[in-house]
Amino acid sequence: MAHMLTVNNLNKTYSNGIKALKGIDLTVKEGDFFALLGPNGAGKSTTIGIISSLVNKTSGKVTINGFDLDNNVYEAKRQIGIVPQEFNFNPFETVLDILMNQAGYYGVVMRQRRLLCEKYLKALGLWEKRNGIAKDLSGGMKRRMMIIRALVHQPPLLILDEPTAGVDTELRYFLWDFLRTMNREGTTIILTTHYLEEAEKMCRNIAIIDHGKIIQNTSMQNLLQQHNTERFFIDIQEKTETIPTLPGYKVSYAGSHSFEVKVSKGQSLNELFLHLEKQKLHVTGLRSEGNRLEELFLDMTAKH
Amino acid sequence: MNTIFKRFVWIAFYTLLSKELKRIIRIWPQTILPSVITSSLYFIIFGNIIGKRIGSMGGFDYTMFVIPGLVMMSVITNSYVNVASSFFGSKFCGSIEEVLVAPVPEWVLLLSYVMGGVIRGMIVATLVMLVSMVFTSITVYSWSITVMVMLITAFIFSMTGFLNGLLASKFDDVNIIPTFILTPLSYLGGVFYSISALPPFWQKISYFNPVIYEISAFRFGILGYKDSIDIIYTLTVMIIIAVLLFVLCIKLLKLGKGLKT
Ligand SMILES: Nc1ncnc2c1ncn2[C@@H]1O[C@H](COP(=O)(O)OP(=O)(O)O)[C@@H](O)[C@H]1O
Ligand SMILES: [Mg+2]
Repeated sequence: MAHMLTVNNLNKTYSNGIKALKGIDLTVKEGDFFALLGPNGAGKSTTIGIISSLVNKTSGKVTINGFDLDNNVYEAKRQIGIVPQEFNFNPFETVLDILMNQAGYYGVVMRQRRLLCEKYLKALGLWEKRNGIAKDLSGGMKRRMMIIRALVHQPPLLILDEPTAGVDTELRYFLWDFLRTMNREGTTIILTTHYLEEAEKMCRNIAIIDHGKIIQNTSMQNLLQQHNTERFFIDIQEKTETIPTLPGYKVSYAGSHSFEVKVSKGQSLNELFLHLEKQKLHVTGLRSEGNRLEELFLDMTAKH
Repeated sequence: MNTIFKRFVWIAFYTLLSKELKRIIRIWPQTILPSVITSSLYFIIFGNIIGKRIGSMGGFDYTMFVIPGLVMMSVITNSYVNVASSFFGSKFCGSIEEVLVAPVPEWVLLLSYVMGGVIRGMIVATLVMLVSMVFTSITVYSWSITVMVMLITAFIFSMTGFLNGLLASKFDDVNIIPTFILTPLSYLGGVFYSISALPPFWQKISYFNPVIYEISAFRFGILGYKDSIDIIYTLTVMIIIAVLLFVLCIKLLKLGKGLKT
């Protein structure tokens, strides 16, 4: 399959001397749903900024749908729709003006502009707000407007920088659905996030970035397989003065009435409970902490 | 440039320019009205009240003499301020990124903002002229020189305003230059007097003021009044400056100065 995005040995040193990117390599296939995952300050926005021509790179090469960003900049730009992390529109313009103008900058003819704006305004539930001033929109509406703005020239690649940061749960699920549909209909999607759940639920391939370096670049499936233990917290009625010994399991103290158990894939929970039963410990609660990716992520970023 | 690309570029230019024009119209009490009011006051005060006592300047009725100066001053400040504040505004709220991510060539971005400034300069100049007709009647000496000087001046100051907006990092940076540089240069640039009326020493000093050339050439265009400044020479230098400014702006835009980190 063709490559929608390739990034080779990308480096960025900001004028204040901060080395935000240290030799990033990335490939995203056409039709992919790709996550760029990393903690705050890892270099996600910098990477996206360079791809979308808003940040000058220090060195490296970016190719978008076959167009080199240095040698074929206009064609390359035409391939991308970008939803930045920060709001970057004129708050005093109307929603429709912002969208229509953006399509104009991409050279979309007037008639098609109207059709596309209407289509996406309706799809994202902003049609009623089209004549409102942008500053009067709620945070979630502003985010949706920026998504529409990225789509008005029908780019094959949609890049979203932390699209669901600060968005309520309902809207988050709505956006996930919308993006999944877009992806099914052929748009390649790259999103950056520091929500692991988002990456795990949505994305087929993933790159993990930390301190300006890619520390993992694989399929989501692979990544989850690599990580084969899950953490459980167990609350008991008795006081955990000494941590119970449970043969075959890694156990650690987690509070006066609870402890933590690491369970590998293939180990059964039945056996765990048998041990607890034998030791006459009464389980009052059981929960799995976070998702599996989260732990892996903590593991990996700690090593770097 | 192939045909498709030409059409894209044209649409982008048209979109950007109409946005600029809509802005000028939307906030007309800030963009159009102030210069019209100020120059009306000048006409009343200098033209009618004080002017009567001054009598004539350079062989012209004083009211008539100050008209070209006042028109030119309006062109200069309006084109400058329009581009500086509009461009800085879009930098400030981040909306300039809408243009930067799109396949818009640098010259299209520059030209649309500059045209916005030129057009505001022209609108205000026309209105100030119309107001002046209430106070006196003038027949324009040479339309071609008048229009040419006005256009090139508007172009130069729009581009200077663009540079200001591009390099500014806070609102103060775009307010300082009009107040502390443009206005004094205009006042000392022969709006109210002919530099030939100055003592030789101050005349020499005045030659360092770029604004006297525009005002003098414009006054020649309207009144046919000639002082010590050569029109052809002035026009040539103005065109050269306009071209140099254009090249400089494009260079800075390509580098992403003031826009990209
Ligand atoms: N404009 C800038 N000037 C200087 N340093 C910056 C700038 N933008 C980001 N950085 C630094 O670069 C690093 C990466 O930032 P960023 O790409 O925003 O990370 P992320 O999006 O993953 O949170 C951080 O250390 C940040 O402080
Ligand atoms: Mg970020």
